[in-house]
Amino acid sequence: MDASQDQFAIRVRDLVVGFGRQTVLDQLSLDVRRGEILGLVGASGGGKSVLMRTIIGLIPRRSGTIEVMGQPTGGHGRGAATIWGILFQQGALFSSLTVRQNVQFPLRENLVLSQELMDEIAIAKLEMVGLRAQDADKYPSELSGGMTKRVALARALALDPPILFLDEPTSGLDPIAAGDFDALIKTLQKTLGLTVFMVTHDLASLTTVCDRVAALADGKIVAIGPMRELLQSEHPWVRAYFHGKRSQMLQHEMR
Amino acid sequence: MNHEPLLLATPSGDVLNLRPEGPWTAANVVTLETLSRSVGADVDRSRAVTLDMSGVSALDTLGAWVLEKLSRRAASSGRSAEFVGVADHFTGLLDEVRQVNRHTPAPVAAPNPVLSRLGDLGKSTVGAREDITIFLQMLGALFMAVIGVLRRPRSLRLTSLVYQLYRIGWQAIPIVALITFLIGAIIAQQGFFHFRRFGAESYTVDMVGILVLRELGVLIVAIMVAGRSGSAYTAELGSMKMREEIDALSTMGLDPVDVLILPRVAALIIALPILTFIGSVAALYGGGLVAQFYGDMGPAIYIARLHEAISVTHFEVGILKAPFMALVIGIVACSEGLRVKGSAESLGRQTTTSVVKSIFLVIVLDGLFAVFFASIGM
Repeated sequence: MDASQDQFAIRVRDLVVGFGRQTVLDQLSLDVRRGEILGLVGASGGGKSVLMRTIIGLIPRRSGTIEVMGQPTGGHGRGAATIWGILFQQGALFSSLTVRQNVQFPLRENLVLSQELMDEIAIAKLEMVGLRAQDADKYPSELSGGMTKRVALARALALDPPILFLDEPTSGLDPIAAGDFDALIKTLQKTLGLTVFMVTHDLASLTTVCDRVAALADGKIVAIGPMRELLQSEHPWVRAYFHGKRSQMLQHEMR
Repeated sequence: MNHEPLLLATPSGDVLNLRPEGPWTAANVVTLETLSRSVGADVDRSRAVTLDMSGVSALDTLGAWVLEKLSRRAASSGRSAEFVGVADHFTGLLDEVRQVNRHTPAPVAAPNPVLSRLGDLGKSTVGAREDITIFLQMLGALFMAVIGVLRRPRSLRLTSLVYQLYRIGWQAIPIVALITFLIGAIIAQQGFFHFRRFGAESYTVDMVGILVLRELGVLIVAIMVAGRSGSAYTAELGSMKMREEIDALSTMGLDPVDVLILPRVAALIIALPILTFIGSVAALYGGGLVAQFYGDMGPAIYIARLHEAISVTHFEVGILKAPFMALVIGIVACSEGLRVKGSAESLGRQTTTSVVKSIFLVIVLDGLFAVFFASIGM
């Protein structure tokens, strides 16, 4: 292992992704360091989710390379759940399985372990994301939005993957629940030593939990760095994003 | 660097020293479970247990939990257990794991099998009553919707009605005609084959004509429409229910029965008699082809025999049943669609229920009609 592999969890080089004639990501390069929380911002429909889905292999790329934990992507196949956990925007829980079975699913598919231990691990994960053992036998349709996100997070973390992808984790949550969720992600990231790649529009999340923020505009990463640096950025879109009326109001409040 | 986790147990007096080594991670779970089981008896025997964590090279939630379980086992009967030599980056995880699985809910006692059978029976009885209530409610709602349309004819959703007619009527014609054609041909072939022994071949035409016009035509078409269009209705309305589209309609002050259900059921009621007519003609045509090529009976004779054997009454008996069957199929399909809950599984279950129930009800209804027409002498 050379130093660069050690340092970076995800390396994206010259990535081009498009649909039909439209090019969504154009020669995009991005490095995510190990153990950091990286927030990705961008305009709605600007390719944030496309970038995330391309990294995890859901969308084919036209050219460019993606390395995850030093391995080029594409060869992950069945063991993918041990490398990354993904929290989809709507949770994407399996609706025919209970909460417990949802969390156990990656364990059951990837490991050989006793039912007793599997039950204990599932409950442990649920309690780590702030749910109670009593919730384990509910079905996804009986859960509130916040609980769905927590269960999805527990499932994403079932195998302690080193990388966690979050697609708008706080969307649809009230500010208190969103704040709790941010704190939860920060805690879990510290305890489990995770690398977190987070697509978000939530300025509060960006300021409080993200170590670095990357701004995606015109199919490229136009600015990347700690929130403080991004606020100083001269790029017109980044300025508009962080110095628009809404953002100004929020930042003013926070001061 | 160790690639296999180890667990060294060294007793010193009453104290048991456990020294886990190597990667205690989910990937090695089989080894971890064996290791923790192998020291279980030693842990139970000793008065105090220390877990020396200094040899652990990697730790995740699963590994931490296995160790935590050992320490809890030791601590359970008032003995002491402690972790020593914990590396800084494992502290958080161990602390976290120490909090979990403290309040396991009491396992639910297995219910008495006899009682649970009885309970199921009671539940399905109540469920059957609920089914009837829902059917009647939907019938009533449809009736009210029809009255509303009669009062204000412009409130009829004509576009939707025509579109539904196109989907469940026009598009269904080829398959309906094909199936009924085959059924007519098969019946005629069987008739010629078996009646030939009595020299009563010419009565095959009577059998085909009466059977197709009175019973088979409408029944086969109704069953096909229940499978083809009833299931589509249930799935559509069910997924609209899941995506809150129906709630959205209600909050805009629109009645889902007016907007979604009435056009669908009305389209069925219009289309089914037409499809029945087409189906019956196709079946008679199939019978005629078999008569010519298998029964050596020319078209002229076939038509003449048919003319003698059947009357308008037979046709009426068949076609009169069609709208009622359409109503039953429509009501069952739509009300099952509205009963879909949030999950994909529930959508599938409700669609199956819809088809099974509407086919069952169509056949029951056919039986009731048979009794009715017999008693009025048709």
